[in-house]
Amino acid sequence: MKRRTFLKGTVASSALAVAAGAGLLRSGQVLAADWATDAFNAKDVASASKAAFGSDGAADSQDIKIKAPLQAENGAVVPVKVESTLADIKSMAIMVAKNPTPLATKVDFSGASVGYYSTRVKMGKTSDILVYVNSGGKILKASAMVKVTVGGCGG
Amino acid sequence: MATKIKARQKGDATEILVLVQHPMETGSRKDKKTKKEIPAHFIQTLNFTVAGKSVADVSMGTGVSKNPLVGIRVKGAKSGDKISVSWKDNKGETGGAESAIK
Repeated sequence: MKRRTFLKGTVASSALAVAAGAGLLRSGQVLAADWATDAFNAKDVASASKAAFGSDGAADSQDIKIKAPLQAENGAVVPVKVESTLADIKSMAIMVAKNPTPLATKVDFSGASVGYYSTRVKMGKTSDILVYVNSGGKILKASAMVKVTVGGCGG
Repeated sequence: MATKIKARQKGDATEILVLVQHPMETGSRKDKKTKKEIPAHFIQTLNFTVAGKSVADVSMGTGVSKNPLVGIRVKGAKSGDKISVSWKDNKGETGGAESAIK
């Protein structure tokens, strides 16, 4: 039933997320210097990518492979793997288009890393997962649709 | 909160996997009994190093699942190289782990 609570939470969350964010700042917590507050609090994909990459226009690329389930029985834990053969990958971001705050995570690489990132994300409902990659200053993207089963018992 | 790190060879790259036990609360969930909002509590940054050098800086929002499992791959890492990870959440709590590539 955790999933149900999560869903309720996501529906009600837009205003609350802002409130929570403001509360955190007010209580004087030290936010990590490199945590992109604007990008993570953005309410739609365009403003999130603008805040994270300085641009909301990205070309589609065939060289970004997203491994995610076609259908997720549990929206609270959706495994996502990203692999890319693009040159000089500086960063990658994973967004869930229909989440209240789409940007789930971003990784900045330095040196020896290759274009690979795996994580698990929460999904409120069926949505596209978007992956943005900064390849040598050029922003490219790819997407994959993941169905979230409402009944939670598989399709 | 426990943090685990391990590395395994994947072709010519080394995959580093990290599992952190963390609630990753969004701040918009309510406690079923008290009806009170559960405050946001989530990891914001997580840094990987190999042989003392930073290789990846991960930042996360509330959209990452509870108990994050994060993997990256690096090239040129040798057996015996030290690998480490450290994280910090929105409440200022920190954690980390280190190991060596087998």
